This record gives sequence, C-alpha cells and structure tokens, in this order.
Amino acid sequence: MTDSANTFEAQQQGRPTGPLVRGYEVVIGFETHAQLSTASKIFSRASTAFGAEPNTQACAVDMALPGTLPVMNRGAVERAIRLGLALGSTIAPRSVFARKNYFYPDLPKGYQISQFEIPVVQGGSVSFLVGEEPRTVRLVRAHLEEDAGKSLHEDFVGQSGIDLNRAGTPLLEIVTEPDMRSTAEAVAYARELHKLVTWIGICDGNMQEGSFRCDANVSVRRPGEKLGTRREIKNLNSFRFMQQAIDYEIRWQIEELEDGRAIQQATVLFDPDTGETRAMRTKEDAADYRYFPDPDLPPLVIASDWIERVRGEMPELPRAMAERYVQSHGLSTYDATQLTQSVALARYFDAAVDAGAAPKPASNWITGEIARRLNAQDIGIEQAPVSAAQLARLIGRIADGTISNNAARQLFDELWKQGGQAAPDAVDALIERLGLKQMSDSGALEAIVDEVLAKNEKNIAEYRSGKDKAFNALVGQVMKASQGKANPAQVNALLKTRLDG
Amino acid sequence: MSDLQKTSELHSMGVAGLAAALAAREVSAVEAARHFLARIHAGEALGAFVAVDDEATLAQARAADARIAAGDAPALAGVPIAHKDIFVTTDFPTTAGSRMLAGYRSPFDATVVRRLAEAGTVTLGKLSCDEFAMGSANENVAVPAAGQDRAVPVRNPWDRDRIPGGSSGGSAAAVAARLAPAATGTDTGGSIRQPASFCGITGIKPTYGRASRYGMVAFASSLDQAGPMARSAEDCALLLSAMCGPDPDRDSTSLDRPAEDFSRTLGDSLDGLRIGVPAEFLGDGVAPGVRAAVDAALAEYERLGAKRVAVTLPRTELSIPVYYILAAAEASSNLSRFDGVKFGHRAAQYKDLADMYARTREEGFGDEVKRRIMIGTYVLSHGYYDAYYLQAQKVRRLIADDFQQAFAQCDVIAGPVAPTVAWKLGEHGDDPVADYLADIFTLPASLAGLPGLSVPVGTGEHGMPVGLQLIGNYFGEARLLNAAHRFQQATDWHTRAPQGI
Amino acid sequence: MPLQSSDITRIAALARLRLAPDESTRMLGQLNGFFDLVETMRAVDTAGVEPLAHPVAAIGDIALRLRDDVASEPDARDANQRSAPAVERGLFLVPKVIE
Repeated sequence: MTDSANTFEAQQQGRPTGPLVRGYEVVIGFETHAQLSTASKIFSRASTAFGAEPNTQACAVDMALPGTLPVMNRGAVERAIRLGLALGSTIAPRSVFARKNYFYPDLPKGYQISQFEIPVVQGGSVSFLVGEEPRTVRLVRAHLEEDAGKSLHEDFVGQSGIDLNRAGTPLLEIVTEPDMRSTAEAVAYARELHKLVTWIGICDGNMQEGSFRCDANVSVRRPGEKLGTRREIKNLNSFRFMQQAIDYEIRWQIEELEDGRAIQQATVLFDPDTGETRAMRTKEDAADYRYFPDPDLPPLVIASDWIERVRGEMPELPRAMAERYVQSHGLSTYDATQLTQSVALARYFDAAVDAGAAPKPASNWITGEIARRLNAQDIGIEQAPVSAAQLARLIGRIADGTISNNAARQLFDELWKQGGQAAPDAVDALIERLGLKQMSDSGALEAIVDEVLAKNEKNIAEYRSGKDKAFNALVGQVMKASQGKANPAQVNALLKTRLDG
Repeated sequence: MSDLQKTSELHSMGVAGLAAALAAREVSAVEAARHFLARIHAGEALGAFVAVDDEATLAQARAADARIAAGDAPALAGVPIAHKDIFVTTDFPTTAGSRMLAGYRSPFDATVVRRLAEAGTVTLGKLSCDEFAMGSANENVAVPAAGQDRAVPVRNPWDRDRIPGGSSGGSAAAVAARLAPAATGTDTGGSIRQPASFCGITGIKPTYGRASRYGMVAFASSLDQAGPMARSAEDCALLLSAMCGPDPDRDSTSLDRPAEDFSRTLGDSLDGLRIGVPAEFLGDGVAPGVRAAVDAALAEYERLGAKRVAVTLPRTELSIPVYYILAAAEASSNLSRFDGVKFGHRAAQYKDLADMYARTREEGFGDEVKRRIMIGTYVLSHGYYDAYYLQAQKVRRLIADDFQQAFAQCDVIAGPVAPTVAWKLGEHGDDPVADYLADIFTLPASLAGLPGLSVPVGTGEHGMPVGLQLIGNYFGEARLLNAAHRFQQATDWHTRAPQGI
Repeated sequence: MPLQSSDITRIAALARLRLAPDESTRMLGQLNGFFDLVETMRAVDTAGVEPLAHPVAAIGDIALRLRDDVASEPDARDANQRSAPAVERGLFLVPKVIE
C-alpha cells in the first residue's frame, strides 16, 4: 500500500487529503455485497440463476423448513480465496460462521449465516486512479454470508409478497476502512472493485440484477476536528446513483450542521426519483444481533496448498497487465489502465497486436473511436461489429500508406455498419469498393500540386508574407483536387519543396 | 404356533424376534401392523401417540410384504416402529408437540426415518413429546393425542398418575405398554435415557454426530442426537446400526465415522470391564430406592466379571447451568424461523407485521418454550454474551476434559439415570427449575457429546422402574450395548411389563 | 445480578414474544430463579480455556465439509409451500413491509 496523502493516517496527521466541500472534509467508507457466481447457493443445492418464477429456486433448506441444515459450497470458498489473493489480503487458515439474529420476512431462518469475529479474508487494499491521481483504499475484511430473499410490494394491497429464490445466494461482504475523501474517489473505488470482481470471475457484476450492491458510510467534519457522525446509504446499485446519493448526503449533512443541528446516526435509502436520501431507521432501533458461532457449521479450514493452487490458476490482474503494457508497448499509464478495464477489452487489444497492429495506434483506436461507439450503443467489446483482426488490418493500411487517416475514419464507419466481424480481407475489399486508396503516384500528385499553385497566386503571396493559414488553404485545395486521395504528408512535403525551394 | 398364541406373543416379541418371524414368513407385515394398530387404538388413554393413520401404515406394511415375498427384503423388513414427533415424515404430520406446527406436513423425511425405512421398518405413527423436545416429563404437550380432542400429558404405563419422563415420553410409554416394539427418540440433555429409565425400557443416545440431525426439528444443535428406545439392548443395537452413519450431503455436523454393526460384539465377555462410578453420582440427592437398585446392578456387573473403579466428575453440578444456558441460546435462535411466514401457525388476526409476529409466537409457543427462548435471547444479548454464553462454552470444555480424565481409569462410567423414580403428574408445578435439577446425571454426557445408555435394573420407590446409566467414551456404543446385553442375559428386569399390559 | 422487568421487556421484544403483564411477572421470577443457579458457573475460573462449540472438537480438530458447486435441487415449490399460511402466485404473503 502506498503512503499517499490520502490515507487515514495522513489525514490524522493533518496532511491535505481530498477536496473540501464548503470548508468541510468528507470521510467515506464502503461495504459492498458481491453476489458470487456459483451455480448453487452457499448452503443448499438450489440454483442461483436469475429471473426464475418466485420460490421455484428455494429448496427446503432455503425456506428454513423444520429439520433443515446448511452444507457449505466449495465454489463460494474458492471465490473468497480468489478475492483475497487479488486484493493482497490475508486468507484466514481457520474462519468461523456465525448467526446474525433478527426478524424480517425475507430472512427465512430468522437469522443470517454470516461471519463475525473471524472472517475468511482479512486486510488487503484496492488501488485505482481518480482522474490521473493514484489512490489506495484499505480493506478491513471480506467475509462470506448468505443473501436474503426479496419483498415485492407493487402487486399487493397492504401486503408484501416474499420470494425466497435469492435467499441463500452466496455473498462476499467487502468492508473498507473510511479512507475515501470525495464522491469521485468513492465512485472510482467502487468501479475498480467492480472491475476486479468481474475480472477474476467471482461475480457477474450485473448491478441491475443486484449482483453488486454498495452501502456508503458518509460523514463530514471541519478539518482537524474529530470524526463526524456517519449515516449509511444502503443498497446503491449503480455508479450514477452512488454519485448522486453521496453528493446529496454530503450537502444535506453540511446544511444540517450549518443550521446548528447534530447528525443522528442513521441508515438511509436513496430515492432515484427525487435524488434525495431519507432515513430508514435511527440509532435507537439499532438491532442487537446476538452473534454466536453457528453450531450447525464446524470451522472453515483453508490449507495453504489450496491457496497456492488457486493462486496458480489466477489470471493476470488488471494493474499488472497495465504495467506490462506500459513496459513492453510503451503505452501511457492512463491508456494502459483504459485497456485493462475488462478482460474482454484487454484480450481485444492483445488480439489486435498479435494480428500485427502497432500498440499505440491500436490503443488509440480502442480507447477512442471504439470505446465511444460501445458506450453510445450500450454494448460490450464482445459485441463490437469490428473484429480485432480487422482493426489490425485497418491500422496496417494506414501505416503502409494505402489510406489516409481521414479515409480510415470513413472506412471504420463503414466496417462498423457492415458488422458481422468478418475476416480482415473485408477491410481491403471495402477500401477498394469505396475507392479510399491514397494516391501513390507521386507524378500525378506533383501535377495536381502544380495546377493548384498555378491557380492560387494570392495564397502563395500570403504564405510568403508569413501567413501560415494560407499554406493550409493550399493543402486543402490539393486534397480537394485529389478527391481526398492524396497523402497529406506527401502534399505537405511537396508544397513546402515548391514554395520554399 | 396357533393364531391366538401368535398374536398374543407378537407384542411381547422385540425387534429381533419380529424380524426373524417376518423373514420366516410366520407372520406378515400387515398382520403385525394390524396387531399393533389395534393396541394403539385401545391404548389411547396413555396419550402416547399424536398421529395415527392406519391406511398409511398398512400401505407401508403391504410394500414390506411384497419385498419379503420377492426375496429381496432388508433385515428389518416389516418390523413396526413408531417415530418421535420431532422427526419430520412425509407420510404423517409433524408437530414437535407444538401448536406452532399443528397440521404441518413435511415435504421430506428425516434421514434417520429414511434409513430405518430402507432397513425395512414400517411406521406405526408419531409419538408425543415435550414441545420442541423441551421438557423432562412429557407434560409440555400442546397438540391433542391421537383419539383425543385435547392436548394431554403422556402417562407412565407403570402408574398412570405418574409422568413417563421426557422429552421422549411418548416413545418410552409406547414401548413399555407394548404399543410398539421400539421407537425412535431424541436426546439433548437426557431425553432418551431418562424416560427409558422411568418406563423400564432400554434406550441409547449415540456419540454426538453419529446419527444425522437432518429432519430432526432442531432444539439445541450442538446437543441433539437421535437414538432408539426398545425393550432390549439387542433391539437397540439393531436399530442404532441402521440409524447411524455419515450424512455428508445434508448434515455438516454428521461425523465421517462409517456406519457400524453394533450387534457384532453384543455377546462379548465383560471380564475385566472397568466400571467407573463417580462419587458425584451417588450423593445424598439420590432416592434410597434408586440407590439400592443401582447398587444391586453394580454388584451384578461385578459378578459378570467387571471391576468397579472410583472416579470423579467434579463439575457434575455445573452441568445444569451450562446446559440450560447453551441449549436455551441455541434454541432461541433455532426457533426464530417460526414466524408465521412460510409454514406453521399464523395468528388469525393482526394489524401489521410486528403484530403478526408477536401474536403468532405468543399463540404458537407454550410456556416452557417461551421461557427457554427468553433465557437464550438474554444470554446472547449484548453485554451478557461473555459472562454467560462464552463462559458456559468454556466450562463445557472443562466438563469434557473431566470425562477424559475419568476414562483414563475406566472403560464405562455408571450411575443412576435420575435421582428419583418418575414423579406424579403436576408434581413439579410451576417450578421449571425443579425439572432442570433432576437432569443432573444425564446432562454431563450430553455436554461432552459422549454416548450414554439407560438399562432397566430394578424398581425403586412406589414400585417404579429404575434405570442404570452407562456412559462410554467417544464411539463406544458397541461396548455400552454389550454391557447392557450381558446384564439382560443374566437378569430379567427388561422383560417385566407394567400391570395390565 | 437479578433481572429487572425492563430486561424482560427488552428480551421479549428481541425475541418477538408478547407477554401479558402477569406472564411477564411470572417470567421474571422464573428467570431469576434460573439465574440463581447460574452464579456458580460464573464463578468458575476459565482463564485460558477454549470454548467447546462443537462437542466432537474435544476428540480432535474437525473442519467444515465442503460440497461441490452443483445445482441439483429441482423445483419443489408446491410441496414446500404445502403448509404455508398465505400464498399467492407462488409468493408468501405477509403484512406490508415498510422500510
């Protein structure tokens, strides 16, 4: 972990940390619940697939029928190990499951099986960029637990319908230290964690389906004062909502304090329709969960050879991969980070480079033109209509002078529309069909340049008197006369030779 | 054998005898079932059964006969037994003695029920028990007995004004009254051993983890164990062999120890068997009649070749608070699932969710259950956990260690099962602590997870049966059964029947 | 330390038990009678003693058994909901849950 200005200790030592809001310092910690991508539930063999008819994926164990008992899913433990390895945490050789007791209709046993005193993953950190600034957030712990069911309110008057399909889905609850100092940092952390859990394949990251839910603990204080009372914003399941909710909460807390009122500890919900946070329950109702070790589950033992086996099967992590791109391809840290946003994107880049594309142009096209289009169409790189091999061919044709940059953009547009991720030869076929080949015959080009110069004595005169704009106008004329097929570099060189020589 | 001889002997035959007669086709499973069903209906005044369904039983019996005829019948094919209503069954309702589960029909069978069925047994019905197995007298019954319209305490066949013991009182009474040759029971703090002692039958609780708890309505998870109750050690051995064995798919506390044939060494000599008698088990609190019967039994054992050794279990008295704190804590959590949402009782009227919970649980639970939930909730609650729950777990270890020290000097530990014979119905009145104190000799083995057995060794005050408790070291069931069997070969206490049976 | 009636109120609320006033009073007396027994246990010196959560941990180290990640439970909704107090369109109905 880097000893950057943004650590909690730094803050405690009075060093500057995040941007102040109306003179207040913001302190944020996160608890994230990531649903694990196992086929079956953590303690039963019912399926975890999303979208099934209510209670068709809740077996007797999930419904807490009398006499049922939990049996632990190895796949959930393995995913916890993977997370621990990815975050540089300690994996507890022995951890204990505990019952968290409370009553709620979507909690069938009247207790949640979780981990309390001894969690499976301890410590670790997440490093990321906020803009161009590197930051590190420390983790306290991550523990395994089961998800609750769902309450549906819409269709029933005065009643709620309980669906226990989700009950028993394995979760990793990932808890940070209160190291974040701004909304931007908090959202960046969440994005990085989201990227990591999907990168290592432990969570599908589908936030709309509830696979990745964040609770943000937010407090404010004047610099130098002790920590303010925090409020917890629960169940933020989109980065946009996270940003809106935290921003609102910060402003709300500051206004309360400015008006002379103290902040009461509370759990709050964000309402996306109003953009406001509103308290659910106050400290007085804080539950006494009566945690005790679950007598139905002996301690979880994880031997070091299991950890080493998982370590050996781990994919290269995004930051290591980005570092490798910087070292071996000479990309900037920023670009390398962009390319390693997801495994699929990195693989696309690797495939383009393998097919012969130079890394820098490949990176530019992917993080520029392609990223823009993917965002606008709300699709992933896997659905990109242009294949990596096609991109490599296109880049190659620019490099060998067959087409100009301008023509390349037009070509790409057509390729994207054409779709189907056809073979690279389709690129050349399209160049032909669209007549995009740059003029390679220097003789013909010279003729055009001479023609244009002959017709533009005024521009020549202006250029000779120091107006560079006139030069560009001449370039433009030549390009127009060549119907865009002239190689701009060549045109520049030729004109310069004629005019200056 | 004449028909009259045959049928009048059927209920005197134990499991072994019936199994042999069925296999030799001297009697059919249907005949045997009918015989016992008739006795059950005639014996309704005892209140032993809470669910009887002649047709369901006869259907099982017919299936058994078919298998016997086909020559592919398992060892106990057609043997009728009854199940304590703590075990969930698909063919019969399950109430666990509680209004909370009135009418409940489980979609699955308890593992122990399934294994006994696979061994060929036929279910005669479900047996009354103290509500959620909480009680020592089978007076805490909230569901009507079969053939009656009210809930009634179960009566001891030896003296109908006295309790049969609990919580497996229905099981003990049914076996003693020859309404069934054998029954299943569960033992958490003595609930097999004590009623066996009070009703003059044989019962054994195996080492914790030997028999699967899947399908046993949970009372105290780290203490509950299933076991057989019958009129001989030989019968218990047959049934225990079928009941025990790993259940890795369903019960995480089920041990990996393979299934064992406990009958194999029944006939072994007792020469040199060291019987440890703790001074704490023969103190002033033991009634003189009980003491005399136990002394006589120990003398008999010496005649059989055993040696009596003085040992000490210094923390015997502490087992009472330790047990009642731990059992109550686990129970308070296990019973949270009874909330009126998914199954079982729900109050008819309520104004909101909180009201529904409160009314449902108030109506559904009896007084003793509520008391234990209160104790359990208290000892787990914030500020009390360390002083009560954690302390109890620590003293539990000390008690287990004390046993290991004792077993360094002896092979089995012996003493009375209870300080007195069965007391009169209602005698302990409104003082639950009086019941708790009477458990003093059975609780220690429960806390340590050791196997324990009760064998009838005579009568005490008021001519009521007295049981000798034998406690073995872990996995020592075969030795216990062997010791009881050799005693039963030399004496006939176990063959005696209550007057009028 | 004896329990007070405020303890009874707090505990009953945590356990979602509603006790009538005379029931509460009786419960207080009975619980205090029980906790008198407990005092001897509290006095035991247990410094350095490991709690015994699973009895067979006294025999040796037991570890949690893990099963393969396979979804093999079929849809048994009808059987599982057979004893449900209130069901509509497969959902368990309860009084409205207010957050």
